[in-house]
Amino acid sequence: MSAAHDDHHHGPAKGLSRWLFTTNHKDIGTLYLWFSFAMFLLGGSFAMVIRAELFQPGLQLVEPNFFNQMTTMHGLIMVFGAVMPAFVGLANWMIPMMIGAPDMALPRMNNWSFWILPFAFAMLSSTLLMDAGAPNFGWTFYAPLSTTYAPETVTFFIFAVHIMGASSIMGAINIIATVLNMRAPGMTLMKMPLFVWTWLITAYLLIAVMPVLAGVVTMMLFDIHFGTSFFNAAGGGDPVLFQHVFWFFGHPEVYIMILPAFGVISAIIPTFARKRLFGYDSMVYATASIAFLSFIVWAHHMFTVGMPIAGELFFMYATMLIAVPTGVKVFNWVATMFRGSMTFETPMLFAIAFVVLFTMGGFTGLMLAITPADFQYHDTYFVVAHFHYVLVPGAVFSIMAATYYWLPKWTGHMYDERLGKLHFWLSFIGVNILFFPQHFLGLAGMPRRIPDYALQFADFNWISSIGGFLFGASQLILLVVVIKCIKGGKKATAQVWDGAKGLEWTVASPAPYHTFTTPPNPDLIEAP
Amino acid sequence: MLPKAKLWLALTVAALTMLSTNLQAAWDLNMPQGVTQISRDTYDLHMQILWWCVAIGVVVFSVMIWSIVNHRKSKGAVPATFHESTKVEIVWTIIPFIILILMAVPATRVLTHAYDASESDLDIQITGYQWRWEYRYLRQNADEDEVSFFSNLSTSRDEINNTMPKQENYLLDVDNPLVIPINKKVRFLVTSNDVIHAWWVPDFAVKKDAIPGFINETWTIVEEPGVYRGQCAELCGIDHGFMPIVVHALPQDEYDAWYAGRQEQARAARAQANNVVTRDQAMATGEAIYNRTCVACHQAGGVGLAPAFPALAGSSVVNGDLTANIELVLHGVPGTAMASYARMLSPVELSGIVTYIRNSFGNSTGDLVQPADVNALLEAQ
Ligand SMILES: [Cu+2]
Repeated sequence: MSAAHDDHHHGPAKGLSRWLFTTNHKDIGTLYLWFSFAMFLLGGSFAMVIRAELFQPGLQLVEPNFFNQMTTMHGLIMVFGAVMPAFVGLANWMIPMMIGAPDMALPRMNNWSFWILPFAFAMLSSTLLMDAGAPNFGWTFYAPLSTTYAPETVTFFIFAVHIMGASSIMGAINIIATVLNMRAPGMTLMKMPLFVWTWLITAYLLIAVMPVLAGVVTMMLFDIHFGTSFFNAAGGGDPVLFQHVFWFFGHPEVYIMILPAFGVISAIIPTFARKRLFGYDSMVYATASIAFLSFIVWAHHMFTVGMPIAGELFFMYATMLIAVPTGVKVFNWVATMFRGSMTFETPMLFAIAFVVLFTMGGFTGLMLAITPADFQYHDTYFVVAHFHYVLVPGAVFSIMAATYYWLPKWTGHMYDERLGKLHFWLSFIGVNILFFPQHFLGLAGMPRRIPDYALQFADFNWISSIGGFLFGASQLILLVVVIKCIKGGKKATAQVWDGAKGLEWTVASPAPYHTFTTPPNPDLIEAP
Repeated sequence: MLPKAKLWLALTVAALTMLSTNLQAAWDLNMPQGVTQISRDTYDLHMQILWWCVAIGVVVFSVMIWSIVNHRKSKGAVPATFHESTKVEIVWTIIPFIILILMAVPATRVLTHAYDASESDLDIQITGYQWRWEYRYLRQNADEDEVSFFSNLSTSRDEINNTMPKQENYLLDVDNPLVIPINKKVRFLVTSNDVIHAWWVPDFAVKKDAIPGFINETWTIVEEPGVYRGQCAELCGIDHGFMPIVVHALPQDEYDAWYAGRQEQARAARAQANNVVTRDQAMATGEAIYNRTCVACHQAGGVGLAPAFPALAGSSVVNGDLTANIELVLHGVPGTAMASYARMLSPVELSGIVTYIRNSFGNSTGDLVQPADVNALLEAQ
């Protein structure tokens, strides 16, 4: 057998080919995480342009058309390039180690699902250099602004979205196959760490809605190039249909970006509280309920399109219901901290900030669910503040918490705790100066996606911009911490954190290139 | 002084200057209560839910902060071993559920009221365009003169480009505001001519999407005379930030006088439609229209914004056949941002704009278009 030879070397290949041809879940996880960080900086630099232009009333730095390109590209890159790949990277690294599997179930597809991503984002970003300019119709790309009235580069955007969707679907299939088939003996479903559970459910969401996104961009493609009229009223089509299809993808997408974050936080808080997670079973059921509800709330993004009142009421009630399982999660985290024995290393700081600030985003989400009030909030900075609270100190903070938490396991070194704490505090202060005033801006009547604004909005805008610059600059500290940690530092033990539980902490630090080639002892597997 | 201290001083002075220049601007923190029953109900709903959230937040975060302060390892806290309680889970599932019902009841009541657009006293059709609004007062009987007009941003480009000081209602002023009577149920029929816009006046708590091919219904009863301002709320392209809404609410008698005046103007415009204009008049009219309507896309100096927005300077259309040029302005170019201006501008304005572009930016066809020429083409439809 030709494969016999390969059985002898267990280390990684050398040089570039290691990364290009790798089928190792840890290498692919690393690739995803670095890619995500690069996209985070790119999307962040677009946000800096936006905040700089909005620093003062009047047009100073960019033309309105370029401003619209910035808001669009910022949203697309952060959602599809930064947050989603980061969670896939964490899944790749951690899921096999958490369930005692030697690798992902479909390693070659794993390689492919990562390596098509850089092409998708290169194609999308290259539109910035083209004459027609980048997409300028918002990350939600409502038709007909994104079809009949779009710049020619919209076709590049459509194909980029197709590739991203294919990548996500492959990643999701891989995770489902891994979790369902490759768990070590003794690792029953109800013993899986919550990160695995939340990702399993997220993967089903991805498989359900990514094809819907692909469908809606394909309909756009046909409208633009092949003379159909799905979304063109003049040809008998319906522009509102676009929004229904888009948000049928878009709302579950929101949970795709937050469920794995719940998993991360449910791992970190028990570790640093030195106490078992409170209400494990209810956490699993709450996650499943949120995932189910995410399919029947999409039109709460569309309360002003003129739906019949029965529709408005249905989507209001269904949306309000999401507060129940989300509340259960927050209560469980607080109950885990209650009467624990806490320490506050960087991962725990990020996790606590997550609980507080995500909950604030949840509160404004509940307010937005109230249809008549939404008529005032809709498409204002109140919405911008809401979803940034959920996504930045929510999803992004959880990714940072996860990075600090597992970095010693990945590199074999402890990171610089002083720098980590500095990064946390600057991010925490920056993010609140950045987004909190935006609630006031929205309530006072400032619409979102405008390059210039009336004078009464001036004060909160410059405050918000200062917060933005502070938050943006602070992220470079993370880069320094990670590079320092890769290069050296105090040797990490296998356990790393004295309160950490789970199979990933039973292997050495750094985790060997191949782990669990033989399944772990079933007695080591305890309920989380 | 140390360089660092100097830097801080400079920053502080800059921040203070900025603060003081903005002191006259209100630090609005909350949703306006507005001037309609619906807007007050909406405000109450908003406050009620906000206070529920604050109350829940205080309870949850207090427990959390108390734990963080007291249950820390450095204080010698020993972790408890409890990790589940079905009873507790049921309690904190049911209590939020009951709170949600308490929120849903008033929300349903306000929504039902807001959705009742029946029995209006006055109907106005609102049409969104890139990037202006058209208001058309629906007539009670067919032989009345129709009142309809476009409402454009009137803030000058110089203010936007920071070459002139910004006035008080910067970006929130229009040439022709919508005028409505107070204490009357005014129904708005909202639609769009191109992309989706949204018509929003915070003081009325009215926000409705303007969607091409569809007519949405909403309404208001304004209780106090005044000037109310809002903005387009749905991203609609380049000048999305530059299509404000201004509504003047007048007592009935003042409204009636205004309406009669508008009807008079409509009659006068019809009478003027075949007037002869001089070159200077046409150029002046055209320049004003250009700076208001065309400049966002075709840019100052007619240089355009490649490739979506072609240059007018040296353009083959503008320097080519005159009739074809007028036709293009009248009907627009389907599938592009070039709208049809047949209804948006009057014949006098249309003759002015075509004369202007054919004799500016280095174009020198020497043509002078008369309103009658435009009318002839319009009637040939
Ligand atoms: Cu608009």
